[in-house]
Amino acid sequence: MILEVRDLHAFYGQSHILHGVDLTVDEGEIVSLLGRNGVGRSTLCKAIMGLVPPLGSVRYRGKDIAGLRSDLVARAGIGYVPEDRQVFPTLTVRQNLELGLKRAGKFGRWTFDDVFRLFPNLAARQNNPAGVLSGGEQQMLTMCRTLMGDPDLVLIDEPTEGLAPLLVEQVGVLLAEIASRGVAILLVEQKLTIALKISHRLYVMGHGKIVFEGTPEDLSANGDIRREWLEV
Amino acid sequence: MEIVVGSLLNGLVYGMLLFMLASGLTLIFSMMGVLNFAHASIYMLGAYFAYEISRWAGFVPALILAPILCGAIGAAIEIWGLRRVHHNGHIAELLFTFGLVFIIQRGLQMIWGMLPMPYRVPPALDFALFTMYGANFPAYRGFMLLVSAGMLLAIYLLLKKTRIGLIIQAALTHPNMVSALGHNVPVVFTTVFAGGCLLAGLAGVIGGNYLTTESSMADAMGPIVFVVVVFGGLGSLGGCFVASIIMGMIQTFAVVFDYTLGDLLVPLGVSVGGDNLLGEILTVPMARIGPLLPYAMMILMLLFRPRGLLGTRDT
Repeated sequence: MILEVRDLHAFYGQSHILHGVDLTVDEGEIVSLLGRNGVGRSTLCKAIMGLVPPLGSVRYRGKDIAGLRSDLVARAGIGYVPEDRQVFPTLTVRQNLELGLKRAGKFGRWTFDDVFRLFPNLAARQNNPAGVLSGGEQQMLTMCRTLMGDPDLVLIDEPTEGLAPLLVEQVGVLLAEIASRGVAILLVEQKLTIALKISHRLYVMGHGKIVFEGTPEDLSANGDIRREWLEV
Repeated sequence: MEIVVGSLLNGLVYGMLLFMLASGLTLIFSMMGVLNFAHASIYMLGAYFAYEISRWAGFVPALILAPILCGAIGAAIEIWGLRRVHHNGHIAELLFTFGLVFIIQRGLQMIWGMLPMPYRVPPALDFALFTMYGANFPAYRGFMLLVSAGMLLAIYLLLKKTRIGLIIQAALTHPNMVSALGHNVPVVFTTVFAGGCLLAGLAGVIGGNYLTTESSMADAMGPIVFVVVVFGGLGSLGGCFVASIIMGMIQTFAVVFDYTLGDLLVPLGVSVGGDNLLGEILTVPMARIGPLLPYAMMILMLLFRPRGLLGTRDT
């Protein structure tokens, strides 16, 4: 088990967002976290990363990392791709990728060539400021930047939000590529089709808690859960 | 003509001095959100240290040691002061740096007294570099320009060409993301704070004998540096540079031009005078409005373009 979250609570100021979340991810596993907007999926990612103070237990390969500073969580081996695509707008595409590296010139599973081969667009624009890229390109850049740090587990928050169908497909390709290199993925996703297609396991969140856990087949078979917690 | 060229050079010298102070302040402000009131106090410390060191060891050791001392003090302030206060929010940080201003000022007065220090331009640089339209251009001003240009180049290379520079630039806009990528942001903060204080110290060393080294020099410099930071825009060293030079020029030119607002209206065929309030305002000579101009410009900037000249976000 690479990630084990037990009874995790988190607050934004006075509001109680996470009400005791339990969740696990195995080595190399793709796990999707589904649910409507505002149920606390993004907060869960941030709490694991230490960007929001967590209350409860977060174990990474058995080691308690709850509440560590984000850079220490990252150095433990967890990568984080935020939903709002925080590219560094004034830096070039290449410089953005460079900052994904935890130490200069130290590459792991991913190199510049990998990124540029997967996304020729980024290669063509590697010396342009990241701020001028399209939304889709920024999304790819954010994901690749995190991968440059060679995490063993990536938390990816809503990578397909607001993307055109063609780009959604590209995100799917990248997710498959990540999984094929043995990296575990915790994917926060709105689009059921992608999640059902690539995940090994799924969680559904509602009101700051996990309300369903199972395989894609289980979820497909369970219309009640979908109606109550997912469909709008 | 000679007034214009002379003032241009003087404005440039003063503007570069402002930039040396404001660059550190703007980096600290935009990155950490800390409005460091004590920044000008560090500048003052730099001047006093330089005076004391140059008495015992000469100007060159002072030029090197005093800024380093100021940088070390800056690091100490950040690690043992700001970082602890930080948990209690921005007001606490503000009060903390505000308190430092008084501690530093009173401390200096206790050690060195209230009188101006006889911190002079070193004899080796105390000659006329060239004569222009009958007026001498002191070599020391040339030296100040040289040091400022060197600093400018060093900052540029550091920020644009090194990895730590990239991290600093990224942390200016997205500190959380930088941290989530595995970079130790507190250390980056300390580095930036110490670097800013080092530059302020350097400004004190070369400005202390150009202006006057006294315990009120921070009060004279502090407000105008804040104006530069706001005017230039948060998060932008380029804007900070342009604003510094503009403010330097304004302050220098305002002193030499003996015009009034009323004179500007003369070509329009309007003549003013008389004993009313308007006439009073229009006949005040430029030299007396000069010190006000930067503040007036800051207010206009805040009203019409809150993000400043080249800023990346609103003030």
